[in-house]
Amino acid sequence: MEIFVQQLINGLTLGSIYGLIAIGYTMVFGIIGMVNFAHGDVFMLSAFIALIFFLIFTTWLGISSVVLALLFVLVIAMVLTSLWGWAIERIAYRPLRGSFRLAPLISAIGVSIFLSNFVQVAQGARNKPTPPMIGDVIVLFQGESGYNVALSYKQIIIMVTTAVLLTIFWYLVQKTSLGRAQRACEQDRKMAALLGINVDRTISLTFVIGAALAAVAGTMYLLYYGVVSFNDGFVPGVKAFTAAVLGGIGSLPGAVLGGLIIGLIEVFWSAYFSIEYKDVAAFSILAIVLIFMPSGILGRPEVEKV
Amino acid sequence: MSTAGMNVTPSASAAASKPVLLSVRGVKTYYGNIIALKGVDMDVREGEIVTLIGANGAGKSTLMMTIFGNPRAREGTITYQGQDITRMPTHEIARMSIAQSPEGRRIFPRMTVYENLQMGASINGLAHFNQDLERVCTLFPRLKERLYQRGGTLSGGEQQMLAIARALMSRPKLLLLDEPSLGLAPLIVKQIFSIIKELNEKDGMTVFLVEQNAYHALKLAHRGYVMVTGNITMSGTGRELLADPQVQAAYLEGGHH
Repeated sequence: MEIFVQQLINGLTLGSIYGLIAIGYTMVFGIIGMVNFAHGDVFMLSAFIALIFFLIFTTWLGISSVVLALLFVLVIAMVLTSLWGWAIERIAYRPLRGSFRLAPLISAIGVSIFLSNFVQVAQGARNKPTPPMIGDVIVLFQGESGYNVALSYKQIIIMVTTAVLLTIFWYLVQKTSLGRAQRACEQDRKMAALLGINVDRTISLTFVIGAALAAVAGTMYLLYYGVVSFNDGFVPGVKAFTAAVLGGIGSLPGAVLGGLIIGLIEVFWSAYFSIEYKDVAAFSILAIVLIFMPSGILGRPEVEKV
Repeated sequence: MSTAGMNVTPSASAAASKPVLLSVRGVKTYYGNIIALKGVDMDVREGEIVTLIGANGAGKSTLMMTIFGNPRAREGTITYQGQDITRMPTHEIARMSIAQSPEGRRIFPRMTVYENLQMGASINGLAHFNQDLERVCTLFPRLKERLYQRGGTLSGGEQQMLAIARALMSRPKLLLLDEPSLGLAPLIVKQIFSIIKELNEKDGMTVFLVEQNAYHALKLAHRGYVMVTGNITMSGTGRELLADPQVQAAYLEGGHH
């Protein structure tokens, strides 16, 4: 029981990070039907941006409040990563629009390789640790065996930040004219243009939002694990993509739900079975779910009433 | 075709003296290497209802979309209010007070009727949204009942009403309607045509109407063009075309639907 509760907490934390990344995959797929393979590396890049600025703030500028420093770091990481997302779309994807279907996909793999190599060369190949940020935990209850169920401040920060940003994001997509234009382009780009929507700008915006949310995930990842390396984009990226597919690619709540499920599966499998096979478990569940629900949990079937 | 000896309606002769709103000159459009429009010339004057009739695949919808730059005309020029819009991006053309209810209606299926109408009003930033919403709800009372339903759940006729209503939300000077009667019950067709007439007569809206339902379209329109495989083959007032034996044979067979 204690282990269960503890793993539930851990799984939800990890799952929120996956969910944040998964939104970037699902939005881009929804609007231009392309899997942005570079998205995991954008996430990794954002963790490095967060790391660099965290060190600048705490050691050079001497900001002693870690929470305050983290808040600044989060904002800066979101802004800078958004610029990267915007630039990647502009340079690597937009010129290929209207080309054959696989072209942007290949370009995305190229961007992915470029980003991880760029960070490797610029930052070195070793794991980059942060100084310990927030170590405090709240002991929720103590089990009979002496096992403490703990909720760390880090986990609270991660879950609260994710919840707040997802709410803002949800509001943006559902209630503002920008979000409406975004959804319109997703459903029918040609018609959206006929109604005066600048489709290119809307696609750029999608990449910017996706990158900003990946930056939140990157910052939270850094906070959680305290270490980041140049190849950290790949596995979380693939997991988040899996989450997006599991939840139903194109569906925003699906991405978050898929992220949480993948996080929980991974953590529970590690705790009860074997940690070596946690990725196998996550991907097997994906395969099984897709056999019975080909469009994912909250996805919609391709066919639409005309 | 001249109008000599014909009983021209007063509104048609009044419109003939009005300035040209939309002018299409020598427009050629291709899909890949296949030519779809082979050099089309036509005009729409302010305050007119102009119809374009023709068989399936004649290029009517292609002309509609070419006016909006998607696909783009490879040759020729399109001018709107004296301004060359041939090379203008689609979304900027939409911002010049032209609206289109396109082929296939193209309702956003996963948006509510309300949101679809908001999309229609997006070029003026929802400035007079409530007022216009009320107006289209008066024109199409059915939409009022369905306001918070998703577009994809509407019936064909309701979707058609929504497509027209959405186009009206931007307060266009020129309204392009692509087959508003397609697949609809005769009663609803009648209703939609009377609304088009009302928009033209009361609000002075200029309408360019593509139709397969040639009889209704020609009866409604001041002028008409006939398109055959990418060429305009005939033009004249609605009455002239209705009386023309060739038009009768080709498009009015089977009497008056």
